[in-house]
Amino acid sequence: MFAPFKPLDVERLRGDFPILARRIGEHPLCYLDNAATTQKPRPVLAAMQQFYEESYGSVARGVHQLSAEATGRYEAARAGVARFLGAASPDEIVFVRGTTEAVNLVAWSFARPRLDPGDEILVTELEHHSNLVPWQLVCEDRGAHLAVVPVDDRGEVDPEEFSRRLGPRTKLAAFAHVSNALGTVLPVVELIRRAHEAGVPVLVDGAQAVPHLPVDVGALGCDFYAFSGHKVYGPTGIGALYGRRELLAAMPPWQGGGGMIRSVDFERTTYDDPPRRFEAGTPAAAEAIGLAAALDYVGAIGWPAIERHERDLVDAAVAGLESIAGLRLVGRPRERAGVVSFVLGDIHAHDVGTVLDHFGVAVRAGHHCAQPLMRRFGVPATVRASFALYNTHDEVAALLGAIAGAQGIFGRSRRSGRSGR
Amino acid sequence: MSELQALYQEVLLDHYRSPRNQGPLESATGRAEGHNPLCGDRIAVAVEVAGERLNRVTFEGGGCAISTASASLMTEAVNGRTVAEVEALFAEFRKAVTGAPGAEIEPLGKLAVLCGVKDFPMRVKCATLAWHTLLAALAGGGKVSTE
Repeated sequence: MFAPFKPLDVERLRGDFPILARRIGEHPLCYLDNAATTQKPRPVLAAMQQFYEESYGSVARGVHQLSAEATGRYEAARAGVARFLGAASPDEIVFVRGTTEAVNLVAWSFARPRLDPGDEILVTELEHHSNLVPWQLVCEDRGAHLAVVPVDDRGEVDPEEFSRRLGPRTKLAAFAHVSNALGTVLPVVELIRRAHEAGVPVLVDGAQAVPHLPVDVGALGCDFYAFSGHKVYGPTGIGALYGRRELLAAMPPWQGGGGMIRSVDFERTTYDDPPRRFEAGTPAAAEAIGLAAALDYVGAIGWPAIERHERDLVDAAVAGLESIAGLRLVGRPRERAGVVSFVLGDIHAHDVGTVLDHFGVAVRAGHHCAQPLMRRFGVPATVRASFALYNTHDEVAALLGAIAGAQGIFGRSRRSGRSGR
Repeated sequence: MSELQALYQEVLLDHYRSPRNQGPLESATGRAEGHNPLCGDRIAVAVEVAGERLNRVTFEGGGCAISTASASLMTEAVNGRTVAEVEALFAEFRKAVTGAPGAEIEPLGKLAVLCGVKDFPMRVKCATLAWHTLLAALAGGGKVSTE
């Protein structure tokens, strides 16, 4: 039996996001920069405000009522993240500031002690800088280096190419679930399987996947999975690292401080168990609660409807962009989530971005923190339109109209030819 | 004229499409490279200085319309000027593109077409990249960054 499919009531959902009513100059806001960060629905804002107004206190540090309530809410948020990701236990969820911090944590606490001179960490050519630089830092420290799986002209990663670069010196593989610059959905199940067959642990950067598709870390079988709250309708400053229990248990702390210890004296300190071992300092409790509310919000809408709606939007955007003369899509992945990247003739991406903004269309123009990938496609920068559950087909039309506007402005000088000096 | 049309004027687009003084400079006495890490744009400026005076300035690289046109217009504006005059001109130019109080259009000549940048604060660095690089070349070379 199939559950009856209920399409997304986008207009009603848009009412949950106050900022979407904004105007930019004389145009309604058309927010297509969701891969950078998403807007926040009222239930997220309300959960944080309610926490501050009713139950705020120090987490896991006091004996008073508010501290107990705050601790309960914080740990309930952790359990919510664990459920959302399909983790076996909340103890496998470490709260971090975001994907960047999660990758740094794994780099320093898990990878670094395992690296000897000449060892390798395997990444792909399409990684965000935050899934490259942390590894480079520990490699530099240990005399190890990065090995890189190339992407093909579609912007896809071929599992055979991946396997070719798995070697006896590979100590970890780290790759994106979804490319932030191209929208490519990587064959993560296949890549994880191949890495594990070679005895190589895997970190998946899920920053661009968690907002667009259901993730089940148990089914994926990955060792670590990282994501950021602000890209999935949650607040800034919070994200989560999933780590397999036995791996986390064997990892030394990364940052030292309060809240992560069992006992401290000047000779010797013993550390708390994961996940608290990795959460030194007063945690971002309100943000964790906001994140859990965001995941509940997405969960209540349901993946089938979100995926269908976003796929329709992305398909419409791709079709519309393809029909524009002089426009080149960068990356043609057969499986795509949320993101379309392009260049417009010889008009620089930043100029396109400025013109689009004038029409109220917010996109990202630049290298998307993926400079190696930009070099791979021979462009300094691209324009990236990225979609969320609250975007509409009218907004796709607004994007296409604004691009025509940019071509109009930049077409003038070509028609008039070169004027005198 | 909308802010957008004021930004992307004909003269600016012409200098973007057909940059002046773009290329290497055999007789260079100083060079510098400039980088805008925000957008990845890179530019190199070469100068030929005799005494206190700039005989010739060329640039290589570029990027968006604003940064390329600004570099092109700059090479024309500074030709034949003394180093002190170039510094004074940049000071005026910077005031104009940032919309600083007391900015005057008149001393800028053709550079005034870049004044539209003042309504686009995210683009000021595009307009000033070539100038920072020029001053670095005059100061003995090296690398500059807009960050």
